[in-house]
Amino acid sequence: MNLSTPAASVPAPRFDAWPLALLAAIALLALPLVGDAANWATLTLAGLAMGLIVFVIASGLTLVFGLMDVLNFGHGVFIALGAFMATTVLGAMGVAGGWAGRESLAANLGAVAAAASAGMLIAGAAGLVFERVLVRPVYGMHLKQILVTTGGMIVGEELIKLAWGPQMVALPLPPALSDVLLLPGEVTLEKFRLLAMLVGLLVFAALLLVLNRTKLGLLIRAGVLDREMVEALGYPVRRLFVGVFAVGAALAGLGGVMWGLYQQTVTPQIGAQVNTLIFIVIIIGGLGSTLGCFVGALAVGLLANYAGFLAPKAALFSHIALMAAVLLWRPQGLYPVGAK
Amino acid sequence: MLKALLSHDLPRSRPLAALLVLTVLALAAAPFLFPGARSLDVAAKILVFAVLVGSYDLLLGYTGIVSFAHAMFFGIGAYGVAIACSRAGDPGWPAVFGGLGAALALSALLALLIGLLSLRVRALFFAMITMAVAAAFATLVSQLSTLTGGEDGLSFSVPLAIRPSTDYLDDPVLGADIDGRFVAYYLLFAAAVVLVLLLLRIVNSPFGRVLQAIRENDFRAEAIGYRTVVYRTVSNVIAALFATVAGAMMALWLRYNSPDTSMSMEIMLNLLLIVVIGGMGTIWGALLGSALFMLAQNYLQDLMKLAGAAFGDVPVLGAVLAPDRWLLWMGLLFVLAVYRFPAGIVGQLRAGAARRARRTGASP
Repeated sequence: MNLSTPAASVPAPRFDAWPLALLAAIALLALPLVGDAANWATLTLAGLAMGLIVFVIASGLTLVFGLMDVLNFGHGVFIALGAFMATTVLGAMGVAGGWAGRESLAANLGAVAAAASAGMLIAGAAGLVFERVLVRPVYGMHLKQILVTTGGMIVGEELIKLAWGPQMVALPLPPALSDVLLLPGEVTLEKFRLLAMLVGLLVFAALLLVLNRTKLGLLIRAGVLDREMVEALGYPVRRLFVGVFAVGAALAGLGGVMWGLYQQTVTPQIGAQVNTLIFIVIIIGGLGSTLGCFVGALAVGLLANYAGFLAPKAALFSHIALMAAVLLWRPQGLYPVGAK
Repeated sequence: MLKALLSHDLPRSRPLAALLVLTVLALAAAPFLFPGARSLDVAAKILVFAVLVGSYDLLLGYTGIVSFAHAMFFGIGAYGVAIACSRAGDPGWPAVFGGLGAALALSALLALLIGLLSLRVRALFFAMITMAVAAAFATLVSQLSTLTGGEDGLSFSVPLAIRPSTDYLDDPVLGADIDGRFVAYYLLFAAAVVLVLLLLRIVNSPFGRVLQAIRENDFRAEAIGYRTVVYRTVSNVIAALFATVAGAMMALWLRYNSPDTSMSMEIMLNLLLIVVIGGMGTIWGALLGSALFMLAQNYLQDLMKLAGAAFGDVPVLGAVLAPDRWLLWMGLLFVLAVYRFPAGIVGQLRAGAARRARRTGASP
């Protein structure tokens, strides 16, 4: 297949920078409210770290929706699976002298990498099963999709309780990652949060690269815009979708590992808790948009940290208020996708 | 007369009619037939859930939108009564109705805001946004412990007329003690009958017809000239108000309220399950489903306890059958019901009746 459209003849879409201004506005608005600049910088960095973790979790969900119009209410299962896998792997490595127990950065990073790989693997495998058993029979039926995936979420949560027990499990950070970096101006940043930011940015860059620079990405983007046309051209969109679903689940597993380490505790309800957060993120971003999901996640992360510092009770509703404001401004989300 | 009372929405199946008559009669005579404290408890919960599930069906079955905030409205009603009564110390009916009124106002406002915010753009947002709002609200309720009692909940006394210690007659009549509990049960029964009949009236009105049109094809309904946003939002507000009243009924019966009894995710799942099993889009299904589910929940869980104890030593089987894993089975049942049994009990029975009517050539 030759796809040599003369690139020059297609006008490049103008980049829409307003949503980025939203991020700057949130951060700048918080500065006088927080008052202290060092505090503000610490909160901002923490917010960006949280936002990037949320982005890793939500990116798969938004792509799955964009590609096949499937809204998966069971995405939280993959998050919980990743987080619990991390407790098992890091727990096994945390015994004296293990990779996660020593004061060595390289060994600790290795332990976290092992936990992340295990989490991604199991979440990805669970994603394949989930897609085959629950999602495939109800393609194209929104109401049933919501019901069945909700049922899948409940069953998944119960199975996790069976495997790891219903109680809260501690997930301490390896010693070298729980250190605090002292940046100039008394700004503090936990090393793990720096790692989370790097991973988040890496995932974002990799997703953009695959989506914008490869044939596979071209097909996914085309499928998001107009699935029937891509199918008519002879591409197996369904198989593509299964792949995207599994990768999305694996990313949620990775995000779950990081979220568990961020909170340092894991409960079986972690999936349901994060689920509500990522729903807000993908609505803010515009269902199906990767960039929108990125900006939405950062906005939610920043706001959660500022609000948690300024008014802890109001923080519960801060992201809902943000979503309401965004929907009043742009009813289809920050970066609307296609004409669905 | 009876037809008009039922809004001409008849069971349309002889076995279904028989089951419904049986359920209603059993509920009407429950204090005499099943005088035990526990069985009366089950009967009262069936009454509350018939209203709650019926109102949820207005959303899920008739309007075709999924809300995860229905338990939140149920909880608002329960907390309205609970907070008003526990503040009053020796509460009378003004406290109960004051609390209910405040709860109704809050529910209406929240339902309106959620509806306008999410249904304006896309009905799909509704499910996600209700889930987020309900989660945030539930956390708020457990944090505002000075007002709501937090996770421990609130115990309170109810008006004198329905207090268990109030005795109206010294001797039992036909095996039933005529005390405050007896009066409370019939208060619930009367409220449930009125509310379910009202729901039947709503879904069989022209308004209910428009809701069903929106469920089948919202684009077309809009094209004919019905403002789908307005209809869906009104449906959401009505359902929320009914759920609030059901919550108040529940609180009055239990004389206790906590996040677990009125706002938990488990109640939301039970609602989904009962609507699907009873039959989406039929108020009768809500009644029948509630009765079946409550009986199963109260008596099957005992069975599970026995089974869990019997197989306690077998590694996997024991863990799977433990009563703590009740939700696992409910979840599996729910998924299977959505796949294999989407019309529910009422749908199946009606389809059977329609088949028989066709075979015999009689007009249905």
